[in-house]
Amino acid sequence: MDAILLQILNGLDKGSAYALIALGLTLIFGTLGVVNFAHGALFMIGAFCAVTMQKLLSLEKVALSETEKTPWGTPAEIRTPYITDWFGDFGTVLLEYSVLVSILLAVPLMMIVGVVMERGLIKHFYKRPHAEQILVTFGLAIVLQEIIKSWFGANPIPQPAPDALRGMMDFGAWMGFQAGTIVYPLWRFVYFLFAAGIIGAVFCFLQFTTFGMVVRAGMADRETVGLLGIDIDKRFTFMFGLAAVVAGLAGVMFTPIVSPDYHMGMDFLVLSFVVVVVGGMGSLPGAVAAGFLLGILQSFASMNEVKQIFPGIDQIIIYLVAIAVILLRPRGLMGRKGVMET
Amino acid sequence: MSGNRFTRRGLLKTGATLGVGLAAPSFFVRGAHAYVNEPTGSTVTLGFNVPQTGPYADEGADQLRAYQLAVKHLNGEGDGGMLNTFSSKALQGNGILGKKVAYVTGDTQTKSDAARASAKAMIEKDRAVMITGGSSSGVAVAVQGLCQEAGVIFMAGLTHSNDTTGKDRKKNGFRHFFNAYMSGAALAPVLKDAYGSDRRAYHLTADYTWGWTQEESIAASTEAIGWETVQKVRTPLGAGDFSQYITPVLNSGADVLILNHYGKDMVNSLTQAVQFGLRDKQVNGKTFEIVVPLYSELMAQGAGENVKGIYGSANWDWKLPDEATQAFTKSFGQEYGSPPSQAAQTGYVQAILYADAVERAGTFNPCEVIAALEDYEFDGLGNGPTLYRGADHQCFKKVLVVKGADNPTNQYDLLEVVSEVPVEDVTYASDHPMFAGGELGSCNPGA
Repeated sequence: MDAILLQILNGLDKGSAYALIALGLTLIFGTLGVVNFAHGALFMIGAFCAVTMQKLLSLEKVALSETEKTPWGTPAEIRTPYITDWFGDFGTVLLEYSVLVSILLAVPLMMIVGVVMERGLIKHFYKRPHAEQILVTFGLAIVLQEIIKSWFGANPIPQPAPDALRGMMDFGAWMGFQAGTIVYPLWRFVYFLFAAGIIGAVFCFLQFTTFGMVVRAGMADRETVGLLGIDIDKRFTFMFGLAAVVAGLAGVMFTPIVSPDYHMGMDFLVLSFVVVVVGGMGSLPGAVAAGFLLGILQSFASMNEVKQIFPGIDQIIIYLVAIAVILLRPRGLMGRKGVMET
Repeated sequence: MSGNRFTRRGLLKTGATLGVGLAAPSFFVRGAHAYVNEPTGSTVTLGFNVPQTGPYADEGADQLRAYQLAVKHLNGEGDGGMLNTFSSKALQGNGILGKKVAYVTGDTQTKSDAARASAKAMIEKDRAVMITGGSSSGVAVAVQGLCQEAGVIFMAGLTHSNDTTGKDRKKNGFRHFFNAYMSGAALAPVLKDAYGSDRRAYHLTADYTWGWTQEESIAASTEAIGWETVQKVRTPLGAGDFSQYITPVLNSGADVLILNHYGKDMVNSLTQAVQFGLRDKQVNGKTFEIVVPLYSELMAQGAGENVKGIYGSANWDWKLPDEATQAFTKSFGQEYGSPPSQAAQTGYVQAILYADAVERAGTFNPCEVIAALEDYEFDGLGNGPTLYRGADHQCFKKVLVVKGADNPTNQYDLLEVVSEVPVEDVTYASDHPMFAGGELGSCNPGA
């Protein structure tokens, strides 16, 4: 029982990342009809917003020591972070909470990146076949990850969670089991809550604002909305930016879980596409539900008891589910009839 | 009969002339193409095949810097580095056999097919006489096979799988780096002293050749000190999030987690194992421990504070006090502003050893160079007295047991050397079962 609950928790935080990326992918596909293979790169850029913020806050005043030397005989460097020099204890707190602080950088930056990407490149491919959209966005993803690699190197760069959120949660004690039997990293739970908050905010935005209503109308019938004198293209560009922000925030908050490196977007991209297909192309609730479902399934498939019966199942479970869904229900679990069925 | 032109003397003359005539072309041909890529001008080209892109690009960059430094030293530039401490004095700082050393580089991308393609291009297009480098056993085995077929020497870079000098050993290939068996043999006594002999180990293993051989080696050596292996779990390469593999450890009854991961996988699995509180856990009345059998400085940087107090093994460390290590660290540090990694050291040493073997052999002919390297004993290259064993082309030298530094004094002081395990303790027979199934074969000069 303990093991099952632990794997459900695991699946929830993994599923949170899948769901956030898939949500952005679905927003873009639903509004613009574009299959965006650069979406994983947006997740990666978001993660590097956290790295950038940490580097900015860690900028150091470097002085050469007159007494100490390096092992190779040059004067040793004495490094003092500017932030603690300027702000004292508050500077130390800022540095410790750099992952959360970097959200302030990620939101505007990801919006700009999204809008520039859409206006500068993607819009030229609206009328082109999906295969061409995939090729160009995949190429863009490679370019973006190579740029990140040239700036930050190829090695993972650790981003510690704040001390206060670094500990463990004793779910066992909470749920009436023996204390210490089900413990889970606090930050992963924070990530799940954060993802739930973002997903809720996006749904509320689409459901309860005039802007969201127009966007939903545009998704249903773009031409008619255009005929009403509404510049739907501008709103869809904003939605592209919003999808980039969602992916970016997913990346920022994921950095204490997996140390970011330039390739992390690609690691998530294919799985997230499978999530979108399983959930139903263009279906926002489908993307979210499939994200959590596949995250949990993947976790269960990794249990030793399951792997002893089906060796290697953990590596293919998501694809098996995708095959089954495509065969039995091509529009996906919650997809609209007719979308991607021909 | 007087009209008969054939006399005995004439027949002998004709036969001798014909014999010389027939032999001469083959002699000259053999002389011209005795081996592939024979240097004919004033330079000789070496091929440095390192990961310049992909997950080990930073390690590759450090290795490439070391190769460039070796070329400088071979050509008599710079301070000479470990040439000053090397026991062999064959190299004079005037290149190799009087020819200036030039080099070309290739990008392995840490992919076997890409590594083979770049090595092939360097051999066929750039006429490289030796290929060296790499940070992956899969790549090393693939490129070693190619060099054997092409007839050039392969001086392996960072490769730790038993298979490189085991079942996949080749006559034209040589490995200076240590291997998984040696890691196990060096680590086990230290682990016994630190954690006792009543332990239950859980292995998480990268699912490819290096992971398998390391898992086999470490399991065998820890079982030999009385530990029980509870579970061996294979994880996909580049999994990123290992949480679903770590949670089963929590309730498995194991009190030690052995991470047979390297590079990015090691950084992530170790970080996540610490996040899941494994190091704070008490199991079977003991504190839960984590072991990372193969460490690298760049990985330690990636894992940050999580490496503190965690045991592993290493081929070399820049903080060793011997004269050769200090000379190399000084030379590298002054050139690049940071200490060299073990990937850099093994690359530098391999380039120097190849050049020295050529100089001693008096030729670039691979077969002669192989003969000069086989069973060659040397010192002064940072690892103490070392033997390049002829039976399998594996270097035998001391192995370091290291631990994540508890109180690092600077950003490079990440690992502390716990023990220098003598070579006798890590030596094995060339037909040891973990290395069985391979034959060196015969040398291939490529002509």
